[in-house]
Amino acid sequence: MIKKNSWVQITKEILQPKERSNHLPEPTKQVPLVMWIKGFLLEDSKIGSFVEIKTLTGRMEFGVLVCKNPSYMHTYGEFVPELLEIDRIVKTALFGGDFFE
Amino acid sequence: MSNSYESVMSRKNQIMKSSVGINYDKYEESYLSFDYERMMSDCGFNLDEVRNIQNEFGVGSTPLKECKNISALARTVSKPGYGARIFIKDEALNDSGSFKARRASMSCYQAKKLGFKGVIAATSGNYGAAVASQAAKHGLKCIIVQECFDSKGIGQPEIIEKARACEAYGAEVVQLSVGPELFYKFLLLLEETKFFNASLYTPYGVMGIESLGAELVEDCLKQTGKLPDIVVCTNAGGGNLTGTARGILKTTKEHIEIIGASVNLKGLHMANDIDFNKKSFTTGHTGFGLPFMINPDRSDVPRSAGRPLRYIDRYVTVNQGEVFFITESLAVLEGIERGPAGNISLAAAFSLAQELKEHQIIIVQETEYTSAGKHHQAQLAFARENGIDINFGNPKDEIPGKSIVFPKTVDLIQAVDLDLNIIRKKFIQNQILKSNTLSQKDIEFLAIETNTSKEYVLEEVQKYHAIVEE
Repeated sequence: MIKKNSWVQITKEILQPKERSNHLPEPTKQVPLVMWIKGFLLEDSKIGSFVEIKTLTGRMEFGVLVCKNPSYMHTYGEFVPELLEIDRIVKTALFGGDFFE
Repeated sequence: MSNSYESVMSRKNQIMKSSVGINYDKYEESYLSFDYERMMSDCGFNLDEVRNIQNEFGVGSTPLKECKNISALARTVSKPGYGARIFIKDEALNDSGSFKARRASMSCYQAKKLGFKGVIAATSGNYGAAVASQAAKHGLKCIIVQECFDSKGIGQPEIIEKARACEAYGAEVVQLSVGPELFYKFLLLLEETKFFNASLYTPYGVMGIESLGAELVEDCLKQTGKLPDIVVCTNAGGGNLTGTARGILKTTKEHIEIIGASVNLKGLHMANDIDFNKKSFTTGHTGFGLPFMINPDRSDVPRSAGRPLRYIDRYVTVNQGEVFFITESLAVLEGIERGPAGNISLAAAFSLAQELKEHQIIIVQETEYTSAGKHHQAQLAFARENGIDINFGNPKDEIPGKSIVFPKTVDLIQAVDLDLNIIRKKFIQNQILKSNTLSQKDIEFLAIETNTSKEYVLEEVQKYHAIVEE
């Protein structure tokens, strides 16, 4: 159970496939237009239930409760070793082949 | 009042009019033409006033830096005596980390002046953080609407980082899955909140960049005693190139060549739920650059203030692999770590420099901040996770959505020219679809819009059997 006034993220399908614009590529036409938004939970609720939130600008939005305290989990990703090869190419071109000796 | 897609879209003009405080109707002149310059000047700020406002709100006066090692690297593959001096205008040092702060500063200033309680912008790019940052300074509420995820909720790392940045500046972020109906939600929000539409395409959004054009001319003169020969602008919606060129024209009478540069994303459809996460650039690419150049009024306001075809002298593309390569080079050769999207024009400049003599000057007019997600390392890792093949070879063999090809040698970084004549002809063709009857005023307008002549326009118009009034 997530407590009232918690900072949460909700999601909502705002246009069903049949309600979407006529000018869409096939893969997009087949899926709904989905929204994700954050705000303060108005009532104690369970994840997956339909809830109402108050957003940072004071608006009300409804949707399915996704999580409490949504986090920023984006990273620099798995290391891409090709970048070291770029370093070698440009430094060798500029400073000579013995730069890495 | 119905909130169905069709019903909301039919209220578009009415919603837009009240949310930007501009009556666009009064600038309409003939069947096609409108008074662009009057629209720009009616907004009530001259270049000095723009610069004063920006100075007060943490924007502008960014350093112009000579990239001596990058220039020297270009000379290793140039003909003897060739390889221009490459400079970057380090726009990442604006509050919020990009040149977009210039655009946002004027929109937010105007919103506050007109008494709006808040601002809304529809953007997945740096503009979101820029509006959020400027809104914070003015005590305005702020909503940023982003196209962020595919339908499975997988997000572009670059856009997720921008959402974080917007929230860091106190904005509410509305994140949507792929599709142009983002505009539908945007209209609903404008209607609900009655906030100011901080569109990238109002006169405010473009006049804010004129200061950048002015500064780079002044900086270059101060540091080198000369004017730049070429200014390279990354081109997407056209506002960046337009504003920069206008600022340059207001500062010097000498001709400086304006070159637009975009990342080649040929074959990827921008509104495709599957293609969305197959691309490594979410802006500065041909998917925006070409359609907006051919039809600038496809934006979120009736008349876009970004009209790049009026100012552009040459338009080149570079591939994703070339931009990532140059981004890495900027870090390891110049000690400047910046985001890849801001380096599109640097990749182009590296190639263009080889056409100029050593004493000549190319200015790359922007850089952008970098961070987790919004870093070439993160974007390449994401591409690899999405099945994109990353290898060394000839970047010309890169297939957007399938591969990213780094140049195996430096000489393989080669910007490719797009034929501006084809773009100009498409522009005229597109205008004739709007009205098959044209006045003399329209002919003059199309000549200015395409930076050609009345004769050029008349010849094109005749191909489509349009009626030209005497």
